[in-house]
Amino acid sequence: MTALMSYIAGVLVLIGAVFTLIAAIGILRLPDLYTRMHAASKAGTLGAGLLMVSLAFYAFDASVVLRAMAGVLFLLLTAPVSAHLLARAAYTAGYKPAEITSINELDPKAKSND
Amino acid sequence: MSPEQFLDFAIAVALGLLSLAMLLVTWRIMRGPSLPDRILALDMLVNIGIGYIVIVAIKTGFMLYLDIAISLGLIGFLATIAFARFVLQRWRIRTTNHSQPNNPEGEG
Repeated sequence: MTALMSYIAGVLVLIGAVFTLIAAIGILRLPDLYTRMHAASKAGTLGAGLLMVSLAFYAFDASVVLRAMAGVLFLLLTAPVSAHLLARAAYTAGYKPAEITSINELDPKAKSND
Repeated sequence: MSPEQFLDFAIAVALGLLSLAMLLVTWRIMRGPSLPDRILALDMLVNIGIGYIVIVAIKTGFMLYLDIAISLGLIGFLATIAFARFVLQRWRIRTTNHSQPNNPEGEG
């Protein structure tokens, strides 16, 4: 049982680290702030959350599992809030999306068409 | 491969991947090009820090590190909110002081 938990924890550690690396690559390579936000707030949160879940599997103790679940829940609740606040503030302050952005529903010209 | 060996191997590989991720995000923080990009990259850096702390908790066996990871997440969340309000506040001050159209590209 402990051996199986160690294997599961190891696999989850690897998956979480790979997701975090994918998020970092996305932050470096995507064209503007609003697309980079996708990478940071989805893949980044998933990476950190999977690492916490792997700790829960490794310890397999009630207090650690509960704390890890609380941590994952906290990450999943706060990441969209902070990303939305930052995107809203940046858009209001006039930071433009990249030229290749095709749908911009906050643009007043796009709203008048429908 | 025994379970302990596999876990040690996974931890070593994961630490390497996280170090690479931290390097890439630090490059984005240095390059900018705007203030919200840097704030976003700092937010991501906090996530990578949480990952580091959790992996160290698995490596050393001290479960107290989990509490530290959760507190770091809380601090990162509050910091991002404060930075977002700062971006908004800076824009408000600039638009009330000068009436010319604002163009924040290439600043900060």
